[in-house]
Amino acid sequence: MSEILLKIDGKEVKAKEGMTVLEAARSAGISIPTLCHHEKLEPYGACRLCIVELESRGWTRIVVSCVYPVEKNIIVRTRSEKVDRIRKMILELQLAHAPDSFILQDLAKEYGADRDRFEKEPSFCIHCGLCVRYCAEVKKKNAVGFVDRGIRKEISFIPEIASKECWNCKECFSLCPTEALQAAYVLMEALISPDYSADKRRNVCSSLQPSDMVE
Amino acid sequence: MPRINSPDELEKVRQEILSREDPNKPCISICAGAGCLASGASEVMAAFKAEIEKQGLMAEVNTKGTGCPGFCERGPVVVIYPEEICYLEVKPEDVPEVVSQTIREKKVVDRLLYVDPTTGEKATHEADIPFYRNQERNVIGNNIKIDPKNIDDYLAIGGYSALAKALSKMTADQVLQEVKKSNLRGRGGGGFPAGTKWEGSRNAPGEPKYVIVNADEGDPGAFMDRAVLEGNPHSVLEGLTIGAYAIGSHEGYIYVRQEYPLAVENVNIAIQQAEEFGLLGKNILGSGFDFIVKVHKGAGAFVCGESTALMTALEGRAGEPRPKYVRSNVVGLWGRPSVLNNVETWANVPLIINKGADWFTQFGTDTSKGTKIFSLVGKITNTGLVEVPMGTPLKDIIYKIGGGIPGGKKFKAVQTGGPSGGCLPEKLLDLPVGFDELTKAGSMMGSGGMIVMDEDTCMVDVARYFLEFLTEESCGKCVPCREGMRQMLKILTNITKGKGKEGDIELLEQLSETAIEAALCALGKSSPNPFLSTLQHFREEYEAHIKEKRCPALSCKELISYYIDPDRCQACMNCLRKCPSEAITGGKRQIHVIDQEKCTKCGTCFEVCPSRFAAAKKISGEPVPPPIPEEARTIVRKSKEK
Amino acid sequence: MDKDRIDQIIDKHNCEPSYLIQVLLDIQAENKWLPGEALERVAERLQVPMTRIQHIATFYKAFSLVPKGRHQIHICVGTACHVRGASRVLDTVQGLTGIEPGETDMDLKFSLETVNCLGCCALGPVVDIDGKTHGKMAPAKTADVLKNYD
Repeated sequence: MSEILLKIDGKEVKAKEGMTVLEAARSAGISIPTLCHHEKLEPYGACRLCIVELESRGWTRIVVSCVYPVEKNIIVRTRSEKVDRIRKMILELQLAHAPDSFILQDLAKEYGADRDRFEKEPSFCIHCGLCVRYCAEVKKKNAVGFVDRGIRKEISFIPEIASKECWNCKECFSLCPTEALQAAYVLMEALISPDYSADKRRNVCSSLQPSDMVE
Repeated sequence: MPRINSPDELEKVRQEILSREDPNKPCISICAGAGCLASGASEVMAAFKAEIEKQGLMAEVNTKGTGCPGFCERGPVVVIYPEEICYLEVKPEDVPEVVSQTIREKKVVDRLLYVDPTTGEKATHEADIPFYRNQERNVIGNNIKIDPKNIDDYLAIGGYSALAKALSKMTADQVLQEVKKSNLRGRGGGGFPAGTKWEGSRNAPGEPKYVIVNADEGDPGAFMDRAVLEGNPHSVLEGLTIGAYAIGSHEGYIYVRQEYPLAVENVNIAIQQAEEFGLLGKNILGSGFDFIVKVHKGAGAFVCGESTALMTALEGRAGEPRPKYVRSNVVGLWGRPSVLNNVETWANVPLIINKGADWFTQFGTDTSKGTKIFSLVGKITNTGLVEVPMGTPLKDIIYKIGGGIPGGKKFKAVQTGGPSGGCLPEKLLDLPVGFDELTKAGSMMGSGGMIVMDEDTCMVDVARYFLEFLTEESCGKCVPCREGMRQMLKILTNITKGKGKEGDIELLEQLSETAIEAALCALGKSSPNPFLSTLQHFREEYEAHIKEKRCPALSCKELISYYIDPDRCQACMNCLRKCPSEAITGGKRQIHVIDQEKCTKCGTCFEVCPSRFAAAKKISGEPVPPPIPEEARTIVRKSKEK
Repeated sequence: MDKDRIDQIIDKHNCEPSYLIQVLLDIQAENKWLPGEALERVAERLQVPMTRIQHIATFYKAFSLVPKGRHQIHICVGTACHVRGASRVLDTVQGLTGIEPGETDMDLKFSLETVNCLGCCALGPVVDIDGKTHGKMAPAKTADVLKNYD
């Protein structure tokens, strides 16, 4: 694979063909914030937090670094007035749904995002898709997926699969940026759905400990 | 039907079809497009068939259901050949007269003709009607001449000769160069040069290559693709096959929205017939070129009109768009080079191959060549499909062809480009229609939807309406679109309900920037356009809504009140009787008064108050005057002065 | 809907996973909705995860996961119809049927949906009932039109 030279934040970076700008930046020790990115998973490009300014052939534009393939001689800026402004807005939009998420709060401090800019619609889920993608790509169980679209989009467990697999796995819980609240909650809902006998329900409820909710 | 194995055999078949029919034999063509069918065209067709049989004329007259000629406002449309006499709004009751007078006695039935609303002049022939006369109907003109369910009709007018020419007399590269030379730009919304897109696929590594017809036509208000696909499906198939030959593809897909069942039916019939004739499938016209086409139905998602989402849907998944950093003509369907073009784009290809790129470039402007079909709808006298050369001024389309605004109302804006487009005000009516011209003015060509709005349309509500549509149709994957639009919609809805506040416009502008810069696909990136263009040209309406709680167009329900002017009311009882909430008090000589608590603002009183009184009014931004005292409500009728 | 009929539909599309949406469209058209057992059978034969089917069945508006009424009312709220007063027609139909878009009434008589453009823009406002298009609708006309359906 051929080598590609590009500039990130003034630094010369050597990248391999096929790498994304995010991967190239990380290899050079330059950090770019992400929410929906995970090394074990295919890049998703949903949170748009990893946007950067890209200058190439005289044109400057905003691109999403986790999916943009490196090209030779591009100039990348991971921070700028515009990039920061848009990241701040994205954080504020997400904080309306998960105001207590530690990850979001840390990022909010850095970008000056206002937790109360938008009316709260707490749903805990910020649609990063990490749980869905992890279960599909790594565990290959497909116990949880997305339903619907747009503002009605949600995650949903498949009770028949979740009841068999999730109890002994729970690996997606630690991935959730909103502290696993939604994951655990929804899982419980699925397990105690009316399809299951009263016995099973009793066993499930009595065996769940508060400590199961934390990492 | 024996397979056609060479261009010469095709010509023989064509001659044979032409010789079968006497060109002077009367033919009654009844539009069988979805619009006319909704207006009762199938009953009209049945009436014609029954009447012809009754009068014993079955051997002397043909009847056929044809493709949509575009004058949908005045359907059912019937054209009598060979004279090309055009009758409008034909009902089953009219049929016996048409058969007796026009078919038998060659006399015209006056009352079914088009009447010019200003001059009172009648137009006998299709070509004389101003709606048609000012158009250049290269693509859609054939619709009224052919029965889309019968390939013979398409062959009779020269169909598939372009394909025969391409396969037998041109190399794949020559076909590609001709399309490049024509400067044909995508008619679906992007306006990307088709030839360049094809070349990218042709040169890209990877097999197999795919060609795709985007017949999702999700823009509300746009129905030209429906008319072309329903009315002349072979023109699209022919164009698609020529394109496949040019790039080296052997498999094509037509993605049709399931809301167009007639288009699905007609295109399936067309594919079957083309295969029988050897014009599709293996060894087309004996050339050695193989090409098959499969039809996929959409399942109700506007976002699947976006090319990468469409390809994802073709793969049997939820239509979420993919990042376009690597173009889909290189990495598309199943990761292979795929050329996706709109229905109208493909339908132009046979014309370019037959008549040449030089013929095509004589129409249009420097950067937008050829003709474009627009769907002219909304507050306009002549609603329908209009095909004009690019560069035609907007005002010609709206006034010369469209007949202007009905009801004596004033033109306010024309919305072009669907939900991704913008509104253009009166001062921009001289603008020539073209891709770059419309984009520079703050709107875009889009798929060609042109929605005319008059003084009664509230532009803030228009922005809210489009945002509601896009929020409903967003796939929900990325934050700027899903969350950004969610907030924009909330703010705009509040503004239309009188809950707007200082700072709303600035916040909307910031959310717009986030969507434009950071959204995943064109749906998200262009979602702020309706807001931004209405803000640019109609800012005073936003400010009235926010600062004065007033709707200048008297449209936003929460900001208007209905009021009966006691000085004008003549107590005719019309509104009192028709009010669905029984909110009006009064009597035969008692001035009518609306109880504001009971009023649901349905607008019925406003519509039924006789225009000579014009007592029912809409008011906004001011309190409703208190009702006049009961004693003052009696009307003393004056006797007429002699 | 019986298993054999579902298998027939799957086989008509050569049991191809990329035809998943076409299979579901055929089941929806015949059965008027997608029961859970049908989805399970499709998942089993096409070898696709249930999460994908669930996403598709909820992402695309042509599908219904709940039984529908005998008559489907589709009210077009596309731009051309909107500008001509479609929202008033919708309000009236809601009042007459007692249901909102996406709902079915308790007698399973009417199901109401809004649609974004049926392609008959010249005839707006347009209401489609069971595939029959009614053009130039007005609030006053709706009661008469709905009376014809039982």
